[in-house]
Amino acid sequence: MQLIPCPWCGPREETEFHYGGQAHIGYPQDPSALSDEEWARFLFFRANPEGPFAERWSHSAGCRRWFNAVRDTRTHDLLAVYRIDEPRPVIS
Amino acid sequence: MTVETPRRAPLGEWATRLGELAPALSIAEQPFLTHLSLRVRSRAPMAALGEVLGTGLPRQPCTFASGTGRAGAVDVAWLGPDEYLVMAAPGIQPELESLLRQALDGTASAVVDVSAQRTTLSLAGPAVRDVLAHGCAIDLHPRAAPAGTCVQTLLARTGITLLVRADDEFTLLVRQSFAPYLAAWLVDAAAEYRTERT
Repeated sequence: MQLIPCPWCGPREETEFHYGGQAHIGYPQDPSALSDEEWARFLFFRANPEGPFAERWSHSAGCRRWFNAVRDTRTHDLLAVYRIDEPRPVIS
Repeated sequence: MTVETPRRAPLGEWATRLGELAPALSIAEQPFLTHLSLRVRSRAPMAALGEVLGTGLPRQPCTFASGTGRAGAVDVAWLGPDEYLVMAAPGIQPELESLLRQALDGTASAVVDVSAQRTTLSLAGPAVRDVLAHGCAIDLHPRAAPAGTCVQTLLARTGITLLVRADDEFTLLVRQSFAPYLAAWLVDAAAEYRTERT
């Protein structure tokens, strides 16, 4: 089973975690000014890259904290794990 | 008019079957312990808190601290970066809660009585690490999990909090509604250790 390194608890089995989708999606500054199409794009449209992808994860069976991770979608390697208030690390 | 009904320990009916596992594994339920959820930021008045608890808050993730303060003997477990679980003797919820509230007066914090959520099991004996290893992915070798370790994880797919008190002495917290399931699992997992190993 794959181990996911929680920034607080250290490496734990992936069954302790929940996936939270793409990270770093900002809430619109003025939601009421958006058209229906722009609102739908904010709600439902997510990147689907082949390669490094910044995602949110929750350590739901452990410390129950959300954190971000950069995962390579081709290999499932977790390239970086960082706390929710930290910027996305630069990965060459 | 309210009718006082006697409290029933979640694993009261399991006491005999759990007791039969000794000496390889002795399991005793400690029901109705005082459990308070403590949410504090790092700027909290740690000195006043330390006086009430008799110990500082555990600084390292996945550890716990024990002390004897103004509310008697307590354990304080790290549950998250700003979240702690205070465990103390049964029946002192109001006193401990008000002592903690006084110590935290005026700071952004929360003290919540969560005693009804979990029940507590004391596990001890030579087979305890082996039995837990049947259903727990955490490395419980004394080198990896020394005394003072407190992990929240899954045991037999059930969420637990596990406190390592000594090499073969553990405290296990489990939700009350999951406790009979976990007791059944422990009895089953410990079956092969029930005769004295030579």
